[in-house]
Amino acid sequence: MKKMKNIFTLLLCLLSTLALAQKPKGDVLFKNGTVLTITNGELENTDVLIRDGKISKIGKDLRAPKGVEVVDISGKFLMPGIIDAHSHIAGSAINEGTSQVTSEVSMEDVVNPLDVQIYRALAGGVTSIHLMHGSANVIGGQNETMKLRYGTTNPDDLRFEGAPRTIKFALGENPTRGGRARGIQPQSRMGVENMIRSSFTQAVAYEKKWEAYNKDTNPRKVAPEYDLRMQTLVDIMNGDIIVHCHSYRADEIYMLMKVFSDFDIPTIVFQHANEAYKVAPELAAFGASASVFADWWAYKLEVYYSTAYNATILQENGVLTSINSDSGELIRHLFHEAAKTQKYGNLSNDAALAMITLNPAKQLGIADRVGSIEEGKDADIAVFDAHPLSIYAIPQMTYIDGVKYFDINNDKSDQRIFINPESSIDEVQLFEKMDYRHRCMEGTAQFFGANLFKHKH
Amino acid sequence: MKKLRINIIACLLALVPMLITAQEDDQVMKARGGKFALTNAKIYTVTNGVIENGTLVISNGIIEAVGTNVSIPADAEVIDVEGKEIYPGMIDGGTTLGLAEIGSIAEANDYREFGALTPQMQALTAVNPNSVAIPVTRVSGVTTVWTMPRGGVLPGTAASINLFGYTPDQMDAGSKGVVMNFPSTAGGRRFRRLSPEEVKKRQERALKQVNDAWDKAELYAKIENADDVRAYPEIEALVPVVKGEMMLFLEVNAAKDILSAIEWVKDRGYKQVVLTGVSEGWRVADEIAESGLSVITGPVQAVPTRQSDSFDAAYANPGLLQKAGVKVAIRTMDAENVRNLPYHAGFAAAYGMGREEALKAITINAAEILGIGDQLGSIEVGKKANVFVATGDPFETSTKITDLFIDGYKVPMTSRQIRLYDEFLNRNPQVDKTKNAIDIKKR
Repeated sequence: MKKMKNIFTLLLCLLSTLALAQKPKGDVLFKNGTVLTITNGELENTDVLIRDGKISKIGKDLRAPKGVEVVDISGKFLMPGIIDAHSHIAGSAINEGTSQVTSEVSMEDVVNPLDVQIYRALAGGVTSIHLMHGSANVIGGQNETMKLRYGTTNPDDLRFEGAPRTIKFALGENPTRGGRARGIQPQSRMGVENMIRSSFTQAVAYEKKWEAYNKDTNPRKVAPEYDLRMQTLVDIMNGDIIVHCHSYRADEIYMLMKVFSDFDIPTIVFQHANEAYKVAPELAAFGASASVFADWWAYKLEVYYSTAYNATILQENGVLTSINSDSGELIRHLFHEAAKTQKYGNLSNDAALAMITLNPAKQLGIADRVGSIEEGKDADIAVFDAHPLSIYAIPQMTYIDGVKYFDINNDKSDQRIFINPESSIDEVQLFEKMDYRHRCMEGTAQFFGANLFKHKH
Repeated sequence: MKKLRINIIACLLALVPMLITAQEDDQVMKARGGKFALTNAKIYTVTNGVIENGTLVISNGIIEAVGTNVSIPADAEVIDVEGKEIYPGMIDGGTTLGLAEIGSIAEANDYREFGALTPQMQALTAVNPNSVAIPVTRVSGVTTVWTMPRGGVLPGTAASINLFGYTPDQMDAGSKGVVMNFPSTAGGRRFRRLSPEEVKKRQERALKQVNDAWDKAELYAKIENADDVRAYPEIEALVPVVKGEMMLFLEVNAAKDILSAIEWVKDRGYKQVVLTGVSEGWRVADEIAESGLSVITGPVQAVPTRQSDSFDAAYANPGLLQKAGVKVAIRTMDAENVRNLPYHAGFAAAYGMGREEALKAITINAAEILGIGDQLGSIEVGKKANVFVATGDPFETSTKITDLFIDGYKVPMTSRQIRLYDEFLNRNPQVDKTKNAIDIKKR
């Protein structure tokens, strides 16, 4: 019996090493580049040493330890891997639209590691994404924070181990359109508020039932029914899950801050938040943050009164702000989107680049691991041939945990891992910006009819 | 006494600037015409090289003089733009600007008419000169766009417009063209995937429909002077194309379709044809070059058409076409974000086209392909004064546009987005510091 146990333990050990082995870590010495640290300015002629997937040393004239590959990046620019706080690539489903509250579902169950868009994002210097649930319902599903370790067929390999849990909420036109299409609440912004308040009120009652049960010393006590939907809301109130809320108008942003105050929920990240600039002082006072587009507007009424200066106004008012893509197209040039903050405002290079590195890392709760070039952080790195805020910059190499996943000098055009045997070789799909803007409402066509996809986000 | 009066007047005069600043908040900014001389500039003429330390004289809407040795008219308003650069206004070869105001609201979109064959629909008629997106676009240096109807097979007649004016006629930049969506073999859009059989059937049906229309137009062209020809507006709209008097813009994207379209044009023998879209042009660049047809391509910031394509296929497309010998213009195919035209060109420049050719693709090439090359697209004496002043390379996002002229009018550098910035950067009132921004009631 004991022998069996030993064998079993051995097997477990083997399995765990296998699991670890699936997430390779690299050793590299980058020589003589301009290092854009984000937290410590731009360092010229600087080396960065990577050991076992971590940044182990930043300095001049570093020597490569034995067996460590040296990559000469003279004339090139090294920055932290780009982090997209709002993405739907690599998701095989986006919306669970069967109810206006679906906090029980999670994007971790629908990660598609075969999506070639992952490679295209890597080719834009992106190393991490926040794979989000859609915006069809008021309280949507839980999101998944990922590292783009392309090349595996195992979805678990793409997890950002240890990243905090996050969940999607949605305000405004998308959930109210769903309500109208099905003849249920909410059909107005009043209904949206009510739905959130009543959901949390139910969750408070649910938590009390469990507290009473746990305190009860009666050995014949009966446990309340476990409800994952309610338990997730309880976890939000306990600060264990960060809420990322799809929102546009200033009034609804303000509303959610009031609701969260009432339920003592400490943080909110407002996603899109095109009108956040109107309530920037309130956001700063609350400690809420915003993840916005560089310049998207006018695709629906609630973004008609937008300004491309949104990110700058928020930043200047002390609101933690990031720039995201929400698009399989935009994700490929987030460095360019961040650069637009120098057109719409005069943000410094560091502040502009923080919008796609350190700031989204903070919003996802992973800033201790990624988002800047600092000793001890993960070696998630993008290398460019020119300053990444220049229009002429082309991403050259992208590393995750010190392992190279993109190299422009070794870039065969077909990067698919999986090829559908039923598809024809020259299947052509025309690019429509709208389609790529739209995965937020994908998967809800049965409720709205195909016309839905005329609408965006 | 007299001295006192002078003093009072002097005091009053001194107050004038203060009054002006006091009124700034609700001041309406209007465009001004007249004579202007922009001095000490680096002038990118596009067609005649770069002039260092040059002067540009604008008079009555026209570029009157340009060069280093230019006499400045006594009545001209002199604007010293030392250290800055002057460019011809950028031209977007494909947009729905002025026709589309708010994407998701049907009532706010006028670029698509009911029916598949509606070439007589005039985009210029539906252009809203007061579209909020127009000032948002022009302050980024885009001064002229091709605004086009979309959908169906022959959705209508597109027009070139300048982005300043109070009526469509004031905005009219002087050219029109019939738009035709060449029946496509591409597999539909992302959410409307069709089977190859469905696609083929659809394409054949559309091709028959469109050929039937053109056959009628050719017949109509022959008999239109006969006595009892019935009015047939949709066919009449095609006749100028048949006669070679009007341009035809063929929207075509898949490589196979591009080749079919080239054959189609050859068979029909129409003289003024432009290929638009051309996403897969790089696959058949030599064939396009051989056909002699010009191309308006874009958006450049786009996803490749095939899963198997390289990530940069769309970025590299304009450069590959240009290198094959095709005359190329670039478009955004956008409405509210036509302002990103220089960045689409910038991506094309970075991925092989080079800066000079990319600049041509959104100035002189676009003007020539749109049939307005004699008036716009470069800084030359006698051309319309559509120019902008920039702090540097307009493809770079850190560059600011500081002055803007359209049709010789000095257009104010403002838009709703800029006004919102001015109002909200330091909002007043801020949060009330004496109480919590949000009242926190502990549960």
